[in-house]
Amino acid sequence: MPMQCEIVTQERLIFSGEVDMVVVDGQEGRLGILPHHTPLLTTLKIGELVVRANRGEQRYAIGGGVLEVRPDKVTVLADVAEASDEIDLNRALEAKARAEKLLTEGIKVTSHPEEYANLTNALLRANVRLKIARRRQGGFEG
Amino acid sequence: MAGNEREMRLRIRSVKNISQVTRALESVSAARVRKAQQAVVASRAYAGRAFEVLQYLSKQPGKVSALHPLLAARDEVKKIQIILLTSDRGLAGAYNTNVVRTALQFARQQSQPVEWLTLGRKGRDLLYRVGAKIAADFETFRGSPAFTDVTPLARQALDDFISGRVDEVYVAYTDYINAVKQVPQVKRILPLSLELTEQVNAENVSEKAGLAREYVFEPSASALLDTILPRFTQVTLYQCVLESLASEHSARMVAMRNATENAKDLIVGLRLAYNKSRQLNITSDLLDIVGGVEALAKSTQQNG
Repeated sequence: MPMQCEIVTQERLIFSGEVDMVVVDGQEGRLGILPHHTPLLTTLKIGELVVRANRGEQRYAIGGGVLEVRPDKVTVLADVAEASDEIDLNRALEAKARAEKLLTEGIKVTSHPEEYANLTNALLRANVRLKIARRRQGGFEG
Repeated sequence: MAGNEREMRLRIRSVKNISQVTRALESVSAARVRKAQQAVVASRAYAGRAFEVLQYLSKQPGKVSALHPLLAARDEVKKIQIILLTSDRGLAGAYNTNVVRTALQFARQQSQPVEWLTLGRKGRDLLYRVGAKIAADFETFRGSPAFTDVTPLARQALDDFISGRVDEVYVAYTDYINAVKQVPQVKRILPLSLELTEQVNAENVSEKAGLAREYVFEPSASALLDTILPRFTQVTLYQCVLESLASEHSARMVAMRNATENAKDLIVGLRLAYNKSRQLNITSDLLDIVGGVEALAKSTQQNG
């Protein structure tokens, strides 16, 4: 029995439809959600989200957010969500190089904790994008 | 006489050019209104879902205001912050003056001192003129704003509120009702209230009943609120920015349509005057010639 899944960002509805399974990087670890999952609210890490339906799957790069699970419905409130085929590989590569350069070039955790965190996050996001883009597979929506 | 006609021709041409420009501006604005409206509708999905979760969390045992500082109303309001959303460019009828007037009226009704955050040059300039205290001015965006474009503004408001520098934050924006009606409004965004707001339409919260009774929280309810609340605040602000943008372009569209129509009327009048004067010239030229010919004929008759 499939369940409903919705992925929304602040800007738009990314995905809405019936799915068989959702795999997502939660704050406390990776979660695989099947129908009739126990109700759950959790924050998401920067990571990958996989939606399986009709023997196909679609991958998304998620930039953190909140996940709400009900027995018949999964809602993802994501800060950023990009389907694997929307990811711009070159841009991700550039972002990665930029973040790495700045991180090695002396922005220290101690002097600029916030900036350091931002950069680490940027690097994480770029890495997730790259990983997903490289594993690019056909989406299940044809 | 001839010089006058030349002047009139030039004038007709320049008015025609103006009407072309205003017509172009009108259609550009029309497209932007549509875009901004679509963006508002698109962002409602997130606002609606986030609101559902918020409402649920607020029903957890314990006082709502104790859950998170962003939800707590302060006992004593010592200072108020107003975010004023206007445009950089004019030529939009009374759009900017209306929202500034509403905001200033609101500020005067408050007994507490008010400080301003401005987005948009027109609003900032008008506030300077009345000597209001502007804490920070933010740059407007080119084209249609992305969610992250309002981050600096939202960040500033959130920081000021959390640090206790201000005790309430309002946003003064222009609500887009339809193409001819835009209403300037002042709305409180901090502390957040969990009453149904207009941004979160009933349709989007209709599934509220579907929320499960018991959730497992990972890592904790307060960590979840920490994640959702600032984003929800920013979405609210983002929607206000988009509504204002739709209103701005709609106001400009109407202003430009009026300008185009005025130009058309002007051209009709000018052309009539021009043709009259041209005909008058021709008639008088003809009269001269006919008169000349007749005079010539008379003189040859007398001579012959």
